Amino acid sequence: MATIEGENYKVEYHPDSATIAIGGALRLAGLGEYAPIIQVLNTALGEHPHITLDLKKLEFLNSSGIAMLSKFVIEARNKETVDLTLCGSSDVPWQGKSLINLQRLMPKITLVVE
Amino acid sequence: MAETFGNYEDITQPHNQNQEYMNLSFSPSSIPIKQRWRNNGLSADFLGDYFTTFFPKSDDDPASLRRQNEIKNAVSYIANELLENAMKFSDEVLNHTISIRLLLDKDRIIFSETNGVSREQADSFRAFINKVMNEDPNELYMQQLEENAMTDSSAGLGYLTMVNDYGAELAWYFEDMGDKGIAVTTEVKVAV
Repeated sequence: MATIEGENYKVEYHPDSATIAIGGALRLAGLGEYAPIIQVLNTALGEHPHITLDLKKLEFLNSSGIAMLSKFVIEARNKETVDLTLCGSSDVPWQGKSLINLQRLMPKITLVVE
Repeated sequence: MAETFGNYEDITQPHNQNQEYMNLSFSPSSIPIKQRWRNNGLSADFLGDYFTTFFPKSDDDPASLRRQNEIKNAVSYIANELLENAMKFSDEVLNHTISIRLLLDKDRIIFSETNGVSREQADSFRAFINKVMNEDPNELYMQQLEENAMTDSSAGLGYLTMVNDYGAELAWYFEDMGDKGIAVTTEVKVAV
């Protein structure tokens, strides 16, 4: 398992279940600072045909973070052979507003909002 | 000379002073503003928390809890984006104070954030504003997500999420400060 931990956030990559779980509050300064997380996402993309991105515990995400997720979804879409499941929570307001846009980028995403 | 874009209401006017408002200012001296990134989140969360006072929740009404949570999140997201942009684009040479004001109106919250930029930055920002004002915001947003993925940037995304995901109305005021560049005020209005 690979883990990245910052002041208020945690990213965990579980290769066994091809799941990346992101939790906490992510407000890094620009896409450049998101590079280590992007790297984890890309690693998963290179290793598995079906990936689960679990955002249920991600309480806050700034627009640079939204750019990071969009970039990942676009790359998954362009690979054509990758299936993506996105898990969100209806208790986290930003997810109700913004996650749907990721599905618009890649219509075959499975969006699971609990 | 001053320019306005969109329906700019100027909430700093005295007739607004009897409504609930809060003002935070960040001086340009001491630690360079760009090293204060962490403060954006702290200030934004504080503003989000503060404004929940005016939207009381009742434990036996789940709708009131949800509404309070929605408002807190929207205030925190928008304030954070405004402060992040201010920190990113403020020209340190010009030595401007960054300020953010939130005003609680009858059925909306109005944000007003001011920072100083160079003339060159004002020109490119003006071009972006014209796009936001004249193109379909939804299409522009999706287009921007695709472009950003190619160029590794997140430019403009904060404003576009405010419009698309939070139903915000945006307006701007540019004031020429002579040698001190341009003071840009961004006004964001969201219904509550």
